[in-house]
Amino acid sequence: MQALLRELRERVRHAHESRTPLRLRGAGTKDFYGERCEGQLLELHGYAGVLAYEPAELVLTARCGTRLSEIEALLAAQRQFLAFEPPALGGDPTIGGIVAAGLSGPRRARAGAARDFVLGTLLLGCDGELLHFGGTVMKNVAGFDVSRLLCGSLGILGPVLEVSLKVLPLPPAQQTLRFEMAEGEALAAFNRWAGQPLPLCATAWFDGQAWVRLSGAASAVRASAQQLGGERIESEPAAAFWRSARDQTHPLLSRAASLWRLSLPSTAAPLSLAPPAAQLIEWGGALRWCATDRPAAEMRAIAAAAGGSAMHWRGGASGSRFHPLAPPVLELPRRLKARFDPHGIFNPGRLVAEL
Amino acid sequence: MPAQPDDPVNDPARNGAGDEPRWSELAAQPPSPERARAVELALRERLPADCVLSREEELRPYECDGLAVFHQRPMLVVLPHTEAQVRDVLLECRRLDVPVVARGAGTGLSGGAMPHAAGVVLSLARFNRILEIDPLARTARVQPGVRNLAVSEAAAPHGLYYAPDPSSQIACTIGGNVAENSGGVHCLKYGLTVHNVLGLRGYTMDGAPVTLGGRALDAPGLDLLALMLGSEGLLLVITEVILKLVPKPALAQVVMASFDDVGKAGDAVAAIIAAGIIPAGLEMMDRKAAAAVEPFVQAGYDLTAEAILLAESDGTPDEVADEVAAMERVLRAAGATAIAVSHSEAERLRYWSGRKNAFPAAGRVSPDYYCMDGTIPRKAIGQVLKAIEQLEHKYQLKCMNVFHAGDGNLHPLILFDANQSGAWQRADAFGADILELCVQLGGTITGEHGVGVEKLNSMCVQFSPAERAAFFAVKRAFDPAGLLNPGKAIPTLARCAEYGKLHVHHGRLPHPELPRF
Repeated sequence: MQALLRELRERVRHAHESRTPLRLRGAGTKDFYGERCEGQLLELHGYAGVLAYEPAELVLTARCGTRLSEIEALLAAQRQFLAFEPPALGGDPTIGGIVAAGLSGPRRARAGAARDFVLGTLLLGCDGELLHFGGTVMKNVAGFDVSRLLCGSLGILGPVLEVSLKVLPLPPAQQTLRFEMAEGEALAAFNRWAGQPLPLCATAWFDGQAWVRLSGAASAVRASAQQLGGERIESEPAAAFWRSARDQTHPLLSRAASLWRLSLPSTAAPLSLAPPAAQLIEWGGALRWCATDRPAAEMRAIAAAAGGSAMHWRGGASGSRFHPLAPPVLELPRRLKARFDPHGIFNPGRLVAEL
Repeated sequence: MPAQPDDPVNDPARNGAGDEPRWSELAAQPPSPERARAVELALRERLPADCVLSREEELRPYECDGLAVFHQRPMLVVLPHTEAQVRDVLLECRRLDVPVVARGAGTGLSGGAMPHAAGVVLSLARFNRILEIDPLARTARVQPGVRNLAVSEAAAPHGLYYAPDPSSQIACTIGGNVAENSGGVHCLKYGLTVHNVLGLRGYTMDGAPVTLGGRALDAPGLDLLALMLGSEGLLLVITEVILKLVPKPALAQVVMASFDDVGKAGDAVAAIIAAGIIPAGLEMMDRKAAAAVEPFVQAGYDLTAEAILLAESDGTPDEVADEVAAMERVLRAAGATAIAVSHSEAERLRYWSGRKNAFPAAGRVSPDYYCMDGTIPRKAIGQVLKAIEQLEHKYQLKCMNVFHAGDGNLHPLILFDANQSGAWQRADAFGADILELCVQLGGTITGEHGVGVEKLNSMCVQFSPAERAAFFAVKRAFDPAGLLNPGKAIPTLARCAEYGKLHVHHGRLPHPELPRF
């Protein structure tokens, strides 16, 4: 690994000096994701391996190329897990790619996002320097929280070579409930329930059915299931449903010719699209997947009016994928990029066309 | 970070190394009377008369924050009423090249709000309104001068509360909590401030408005919101915050366990986590702390115990019953010599009262105390407590320990008498040794109090020159002129050279074979 590390540092330093753009890549499960980006391929999946895992410390540290499957197996053996449920997206992503994309699964609204579990990172700076930020302890306010800035940065500030993540014990019990509900009714119920002391860990709505997953102590799950009612779903079909939402194998997500991801306040009203688009709603109403070929401008206007943003996730017409940022909003990211990567060698344009 | 000679505010000839600030130009010396008058006139022209304080007796209360050993009278204090006035203050100070230090309630414990001699203190005390509670969306939109506890009080009628609860929550403000990424007793289960802030608004030192995050759970572009949490007032002046509220648990109970050895108590903490339990709070007090608080609060602490653990469970009544039973089993197996469980809300609060009142109790037993804030891996708790005992002999000072054991966040309280010559210097060196030990064990020099001016030297131990340069690069991106809370949080290369201690590489000592402490 030391030889590979030297080689990665050398390649980055050389790219910086020769002003050669690099395209960072782990397992490639998110090649489709984000804006198009040109550059020499910098493969990171080889820099792999779990460096430290102590269950009683609730922390796992791994090199960026470590596969999600390896980490999940290691955690499961100790009855622990990554509580933000990173999407596998039809492959076996690397932990570096998971942090770079910052995507989270069904548990996000209750448990937190990928960035909430990032405790520390090792960044490879553009001049080949190794920079540690954060650490491996639960609370740490020494220095700016660059680790969380890197989460979701899609590599534009440099490759994250190592990452320390907070892990949690697996909840002892789970129960999924299903309700026949119209969209508006489900949105109202999700928000109402989230304000009550219930062990609600995920919610979803699709095609007239609301799905609710309870998790926690067996007694709490049992009592809450009784209180909420609905149809109790067996653990296998329940797990399959949540897995399909998390990994995007759900038919709405995998088969849509053009898929939009709207991130909205959870209380935003049902979308008024004409004709109505097929939707999968997650995160208590805060995430709405729409299969639609409506024009980008219209989708973005709808999301903005509701207080959120719209990303063209997959398929459809070419054009920018992320919700565009207004020029004044771009100023601070532009300055950060200029300081971390003055020659623009890291994933140019991948997160924001201008950066 | 590479230097950028084409950048006029980052001319290496004018500055320190790379992005380091212009220390020579911002020397912390009082301004000339002419300069002070010119700045005062310029600000008075922009602000109503009641917004500018300049008389000596008006300035004195702003000399320090909760860490009074670091104090400095500011040139001026401004107390704006509106966001437009905040912007005007920043624009005017930027134009006149005047440092600005934003301030909330001044309860901080690292000197982060200590004024600058030639600068303006920008107090946000008048930004004290809760603008909106949205019970369905479970959010509160508040101004930064709102007190932490006031948010939970306003949310209570809806069965909701704001989870982060630093010990100073009756006084400390949300703006300060954002600046320090404050934690508290319940952050093991409910997260730090960074996990409970959805969005914020503020201004850069250049007076440019900035909105980050919002009511949605994510936003396009870089996550600058996360970067603001714990940024100690160096990047933005915050004028509005959107907070996440969570449902109040139906029930909470606390288990109190005694141990005859601090090492066993430390191992019990790890055992609880290893058993798959995340308590709502998991706190520890050593014998000295229990002895100091018991006469004060009469909580019924076991004064024969070397350490007392407080472990809270919350949730539905069935869930709490199961979890309390499980924790009792683990604590017994770990060698607890006595266990008590709270059976009423009054009893629960009484068990907690000593932990929450540890600081004032320290004030009762010693003329002065110095509170540290390192974080370590949980497994090292016993080791650190024993090392602290040795340091007590080395520095001839007592130290009592209360801390967030579940997070590994230590708060050693070093007791001293500032009237004794050299006592503060010994306390300071004692504290620095503890923090260095935290870094050596793979931890950090500050869990929740911030670096401020207090821990600048210890930053040299935790971060390499390249890492500190990266922090200055972030600072420059937000505040090219280096005027916002200058001299805090990040030490310069020169300062670290002068301090002369080794940078400990990521918890790995340069010579691990050498015995230390």
